[in-house]
Amino acid sequence: MRPGPKSFRGGKQAKDAKGTMKRLMRYIVGPNKLRLAVVFLLLLISTAASVSASLFLKTLIDDYIAPLIGQAQPDFAPLLRILTVMACIYLAGILASFLQTRLIIPVAQGTLKTIRDDMFSHMQTLPIRYFDTHTHGNVMSYYTNDTDTLRQMIGQSLPNAISSLISITAVFFAMLTTSVWLTLLMFIFIGLMLLVVKNVGGRSSQYFVKQQQSLGKVNGFIEEMIGGQKVVKVFCHERQNEKDFDKLNDEFCEVSGKANTYANIMMPIMGNLGHLQYVLVAIVGGLLALLGAPNLTLTGIHAMTLGGIASFLQLSRSFTMPIGQVSQQINSVVMALAGAERIFELLDEPSEEDHGEVTLVNAREENGRLVEADHHTGLWAWKKPLPDGGYELIQQHGDVRMKDVDFAYEEGKPVLHDITLYAEAGQKVAFVGATGAGKTTITNLINRFYDIDDGKIRYDGININKIKKSDLRRSLGVVLQDVNLFTGTVMDNIRYGRLDATDEECIAAAKLANAHDFITRLPEGYQTVLSGGGSSLSQGQRQLLSIARAAVADPPVMILDEATSSIDTRTEAIVQRGMDRLMHGRTVFVIAHRLSTVQNADVIMVLEHGRIIERGTHEMLIAEKGKYYQLYTGAFELAAGNEVT
Amino acid sequence: MIKRLSQCIREYKKDAILSPVYVLVESLLDVAIPFVMADLIDKGIDAGNMGMILRYGAILVGFALVALLFGALAGRSCARATAGFARNLRHDMFHHLQVYSFSNIDKFSAPGLVTRLTTDVNNVQNAFMMIIRTLIRCPAMLIFAMVMSFRINKDIAAIFLAVIPVLGIGLYLIIRRVHPVFTRVFKTYDALNGVVQENLSGIRVVKNFVREEHEIEKFDGISGKIYKDFSLAERIMSLNNPLMQSCIYACMILVSWLGAKQIVIGTMSTGNLMSFFTYIMQILSSLMMLSMVFVMITMSRTSAERIVEVLEEQSDITNGPDPVYEVKNGSIVFRDVSFSYAKRPDKEVLYNIDLEIASGQTIGIIGGTGSSKSSLVQLIPRLYDVTAGSVLVGGVDVRDYDLNTLRQNVAMVLQKNTLFSGTIKENLRWGNPDASDEELVRVCRLAQADEFIRSFPDGYDTYIEQGGTNVSGGQKQRLCIARALLRRPKILILDDSTSAVDTKTDALIGKAFREEIPDTTKIIIAQRISSVKDADQIIVMDNGSIHGRGTHEELLESNEIYREVYYSQQKGGLEG
Repeated sequence: MRPGPKSFRGGKQAKDAKGTMKRLMRYIVGPNKLRLAVVFLLLLISTAASVSASLFLKTLIDDYIAPLIGQAQPDFAPLLRILTVMACIYLAGILASFLQTRLIIPVAQGTLKTIRDDMFSHMQTLPIRYFDTHTHGNVMSYYTNDTDTLRQMIGQSLPNAISSLISITAVFFAMLTTSVWLTLLMFIFIGLMLLVVKNVGGRSSQYFVKQQQSLGKVNGFIEEMIGGQKVVKVFCHERQNEKDFDKLNDEFCEVSGKANTYANIMMPIMGNLGHLQYVLVAIVGGLLALLGAPNLTLTGIHAMTLGGIASFLQLSRSFTMPIGQVSQQINSVVMALAGAERIFELLDEPSEEDHGEVTLVNAREENGRLVEADHHTGLWAWKKPLPDGGYELIQQHGDVRMKDVDFAYEEGKPVLHDITLYAEAGQKVAFVGATGAGKTTITNLINRFYDIDDGKIRYDGININKIKKSDLRRSLGVVLQDVNLFTGTVMDNIRYGRLDATDEECIAAAKLANAHDFITRLPEGYQTVLSGGGSSLSQGQRQLLSIARAAVADPPVMILDEATSSIDTRTEAIVQRGMDRLMHGRTVFVIAHRLSTVQNADVIMVLEHGRIIERGTHEMLIAEKGKYYQLYTGAFELAAGNEVT
Repeated sequence: MIKRLSQCIREYKKDAILSPVYVLVESLLDVAIPFVMADLIDKGIDAGNMGMILRYGAILVGFALVALLFGALAGRSCARATAGFARNLRHDMFHHLQVYSFSNIDKFSAPGLVTRLTTDVNNVQNAFMMIIRTLIRCPAMLIFAMVMSFRINKDIAAIFLAVIPVLGIGLYLIIRRVHPVFTRVFKTYDALNGVVQENLSGIRVVKNFVREEHEIEKFDGISGKIYKDFSLAERIMSLNNPLMQSCIYACMILVSWLGAKQIVIGTMSTGNLMSFFTYIMQILSSLMMLSMVFVMITMSRTSAERIVEVLEEQSDITNGPDPVYEVKNGSIVFRDVSFSYAKRPDKEVLYNIDLEIASGQTIGIIGGTGSSKSSLVQLIPRLYDVTAGSVLVGGVDVRDYDLNTLRQNVAMVLQKNTLFSGTIKENLRWGNPDASDEELVRVCRLAQADEFIRSFPDGYDTYIEQGGTNVSGGQKQRLCIARALLRRPKILILDDSTSAVDTKTDALIGKAFREEIPDTTKIIIAQRISSVKDADQIIVMDNGSIHGRGTHEELLESNEIYREVYYSQQKGGLEG
């Protein structure tokens, strides 16, 4: 077994904010370099327009209106001209900001799509072990909450921050031309502001990380409980459920409240620090001017004038305002980083390793030799590359051998010991044993959901580690006890076995599995749309569909793991005939509780505590009078207890 | 809708009201501070008067401190109110979900409900924050600035009256166009969640069939659709900004032109013009804020609708007036019952069911796949209501019972059962939270689960993964039976709950039932004849009706289906 509470990972303190940011930037900038360059240019234009709008007033009054005052015949032409010019500048600004928002849309949405797609593609490559140990709700949270945090950051925060930085730079140079001393004074203040940002921001980001973490928990709980809502009802567990939920919900409310409190007070602190700084600059500047101190500017040393201080004060407001705006964006950036970090955690999960080189190909016989074919021939071959660059074709028979295989899900807790078995081509091998004896585990090793710790598994003489996983699995058809169907029509679900199967082939497979009858009784027949994992069907009907799905795949080797456990025995008898047809000429591994299902197997393995304790045909095992005999007579006795003979 | 949502503010009403008040004070100071700053320059710096500089400086510092105080207060109460509002929303939804009937749950899909409780609540929360932060501030600033500008010059202020409707109509058009797009986006989000969820639970199938590529294609299709729709929505919304800016700039140019003329004539001073510009910025920036609130509200309107849908969904199974709180015994009567699912009312799943079961009896139900065995027993704990006829438990119609009382006494082990993440003990205690450890062991012995639980290194404290993926099918079923037994029910229903248990264990469970809980009515749906053979009465279901009933021997004599099933199961055993 694989115990251990580990369910919720991620959401730890942002360990490597810089690295995460860099990586995120690669996602955003990577495919959009040109577009972002244009966006930057447009940002420059729109920022310039808004800066000139704020400076325009002074020019308007001083240069264009004041001279007209008192004139008998005022000439409005220059005023009209400058207004036209300004209108053009404004128009350019509007256009630029419109284009910029337009252009950033595909960047933001495209990045989100790429990230979602990458996550999903990567998730498909993860080993089964990953899915065993992560709750679905938490994994889904990557696709929703964590991705959502990025939307705001890319679409709004980044452009805002950039445009603020542009105005800051512009104003900075303007300030230097007015007074270097006062600019230095400003810098001391900015240092103070940054200290506040770091302190308050740090605290808020700490809570934001906790918030995302807590949100993951809430979502995990919601997902699990809604999925199991029917059980909740049956057990009247509603009250307890509400209590558990309230606890998580309150916890989330608390951290989220704290996170947002710190985030919200950031703006007033920054804004009012700006006001203090205004006063300070006024006092210091006023003193300097009154004392007649020399003033250093970029253009040289001049006397400090009162007019200079006034315009410096105006500039300082345009300087601190964008700083406040930037600090406002910090929250969304911090949240996005927390989200991005979780996303990258998923993307960094190591994929299933696959060093296999042997592939499965269609083959045909030509002059007694195997030749690769480019179409479905019903004959399969393993294509094994040779060291000299050529390749060798080995016919696929379905001969599976295990030798001395040991396996443990967790180190030190072995589940299988010394498993040795031979399944010759076309043989039916059955596993019986108590629940938890390791039957399913063996089949999970054959399709390499897990890798063995010790021993060998050979498939047609080839070490299965050398076979490409996808080809290995393609050659194995599997019908599991828990049936998973997908949203889509019944036909789609059968075709899942082989995507290029025709409708006729799918229907033939359904007939083979004896699913045809119930399907035709569905409202839309094969076109009935199944949703919610086929919850409208009974367990047995779902199992029939999954058998049809495996049948259409037409694989050389089949693994049937309790494939008929939920089908009533009468139907099973009918399905069995179809299954027998399906199994004909294939190597089949069968796991079943009903001993009747396995009696005609070529070899039956009896498993106990991860070891094969008995093996042989039904007759041999009965004669042996061991565990199998006990199991069998147990069933027999029960079945025949009241039998009138 | 708004009414329903605002009910969720509750204990945070104080914060929700105080927050805009604080914001109002803060924003009044925001308006006042620039005037003090102007005075500081005009009367202090320009005049070279150090005393004035210090005086206005002191006023400014005072204002700043008060503004800081109110800003911080506003920030705190706003954060509290919004987090609390979201908490209450989730709380109400989740609690309301608990009274849903099975058919309610069927109606909203599970992934749909998950998005509603997560993403949608998030959106509404954000909108709520915007509302309480700007709802008073913006109109207040707007009115203040309007009044001031009209006092300065009516003719010029009239420009605002022309521009504001243009802005309003523009915003309205944008919002009207974008709303349906957002509705679509959220539907697609549901679909995306659905694909991820299906993929997660079916990952073994995906990998076995090597369908990773196919799944990725499917996902790409949906994420592409989100990309398209969301981009469309944002493209429509991107008209918002230029509209605002055009209005601001148009106002500035018009005011400059008309203002200049008036100044030259002498009906207005340059100082007035300066103030006008300040008011333009204030009016339009508060309008801009308001439009942002509108956008947020638009985005969240869809979410809000989806939340209210969940909150207002009426459970179709509720307590009647004056419910019965005691189940006398475990007798069950079906009187002329027919039943069809709400989704397909035309198709009768059960019809003409008449059945009497005495308290303490063991009833076996046998029938082919799809013969409505499960539908039949789900009527007993009232998971669904009959379409016609009635079901009586302990002599009382199930619809007359208090639901909790009924379900406490009718324990059912579902066919598609679920274990939850947590230890075995925690899972078992679902049956009875107050059960002692001894009690746990007792029911596990009955369900033949004790032995395998003890074989785990952590025993009863072994951690079960979500959905019980780390125990085998048979173990899961036995745990589920133990969980149901812990309820000490008057009626126990096993819906094909031993299918993955081996026959020997199955027989032991049957034996334990007979010996240990003889007074409990036991209804056992099974595939194996051996599981039901010793029942007092066996019911053979076929196609929604009762095909035969009787004891094992009687049915072997009289019922063709039963005989066929029996021999198909015996064949191996007898001939082997």
